[in-house]
Amino acid sequence: MEALENLGVWGSILIAVVWSALPIVFILLYALVTLYAEMKIAAHIQDRLAYMRTGWHGTLQPFADILKLLQKEDTISSAADRKLFRLAPYVVFMGTYGAFSAIPFSSIYIGSNIDLGVFFIVAVSSLVVVGILMGGWASNNKWSIFGAMRSAAQMVSYEIPTALAILIAVMITGSLNLQDVTKFQEGGIHNWVVFGGPLPLTQKLLLIPFTLVTFIILFIASLAEVNRTPFDLPEAESELVQGFNTEYSGMRFAMFYLAEYANMFLVSAVTVALFLGGWTSPFGSFLSGPVWGLFWFIGKCLLLVFLQIWIRWTLPRLRVDQLMYTSWKVLTPFLFVCIFGVGLILVL
Amino acid sequence: MDLYIIVFYLFALITLASAAIVVISKNIVYSAFALLFTFFGVAGLYVLLMADFIAVTQLLIYVGGILVLLLFGVMLTTKVIRVDMRTATVRTFPAVVIVAALAGTLIGIFWSTDWPQSPASDGFERTIPQIGEMLLTSYLLPFEIASVVLLVALIGAAMIARRERKAL
Repeated sequence: MEALENLGVWGSILIAVVWSALPIVFILLYALVTLYAEMKIAAHIQDRLAYMRTGWHGTLQPFADILKLLQKEDTISSAADRKLFRLAPYVVFMGTYGAFSAIPFSSIYIGSNIDLGVFFIVAVSSLVVVGILMGGWASNNKWSIFGAMRSAAQMVSYEIPTALAILIAVMITGSLNLQDVTKFQEGGIHNWVVFGGPLPLTQKLLLIPFTLVTFIILFIASLAEVNRTPFDLPEAESELVQGFNTEYSGMRFAMFYLAEYANMFLVSAVTVALFLGGWTSPFGSFLSGPVWGLFWFIGKCLLLVFLQIWIRWTLPRLRVDQLMYTSWKVLTPFLFVCIFGVGLILVL
Repeated sequence: MDLYIIVFYLFALITLASAAIVVISKNIVYSAFALLFTFFGVAGLYVLLMADFIAVTQLLIYVGGILVLLLFGVMLTTKVIRVDMRTATVRTFPAVVIVAALAGTLIGIFWSTDWPQSPASDGFERTIPQIGEMLLTSYLLPFEIASVVLLVALIGAAMIARRERKAL
């Protein structure tokens, strides 16, 4: 590191590039695992076997899928708006990847330890909405534009419950920086914000109902934010073919897919860092340390990702009006009550 | 060359180039999407001024809110591509006078100002606690008035939307 710093500008640029490229390595590996896991979990829930022929229990299938996507022709329909069509996958992935810079993977690794942390994540994720609208519109296909419109409307309205739920965690921990929020919850499972945080016992007991409700609402809202079932209206195969990415093929389609998987991890990571203790060990000082921190953090996130996949094969899709009803008339009022309750308890 | 200077020119270039597209482009959708990069570039410039909170708020409100709303507006209009953008020159003489006066003033300010060439401070200060404290102490009244105005606007928007439905 010191030798690089002596190189001056180029050294610092090199350090920045390497430091910021670490999450992409992780995302690619994670996407391979999740691609496989999603198909296998889906199959086993439906009493099927899924891939069995490519490698042991089909473990080589994700690599085969990637290879197939690499070989596919990059088609752009003649009526599409070529410039925006090409740009859209990058904008979507940029929004998702930008948010990874404020995720505390371990006590020693966080892309950028900025004070704004979770606020930055919420803000930069909104690039995804613009990218989806861009892709949907540029495709010049009615399914695509419908999917894009639905997706944008859904993500914008579910940003409100998400932000309110995040606000409640921030009220308890007193910081927007996810590294500080995680450190606040150190000391074991009973110190996690979902169980009231490390506060005096009476306050903690009073807080638990509110934090539990908030945690569940944040999870529901995050499902909608990443367009997963039961909120997969933007992709709704039976209605809209494939939604906003209908016209995409090959690697451009893969970019959308990767962004979706990365987004699933991202919302889980935010939930974990805010409510489930981030990289702290659930057993206090037992099995804790920077490397174990990485293990706990990724483990907790993958658990939530598994939950998202599980829900996909359990619940049917909501209608558009039910979607809006859930956001505005159920989740938001509940969160207002929670904010009021948490604020009152913290002041008393 | 300092890293700070490189990053500054990068963001300045992004902002200016995309802003030029917003103004020049004949396709209104291109203009709307180019605004994304303008907002992004301006947010980057705010970060370089050590105003991280303003930068992120800029992204949240302009990209996440206003730009999406704008895109919806543009996309829901029937004629998207060949909109009659009135870019013809009319009233040349008064326009020339006003533009010349404005340009003269701006260039005058540009030359007479002593532009700082480096960041105002070396590292980031924690701005959020200060902003929060200011909003709830010294600037409580403007803060509350702004929130009431926003609430009124929100209720007004809901009222207008409701009335239209009744008429149908």
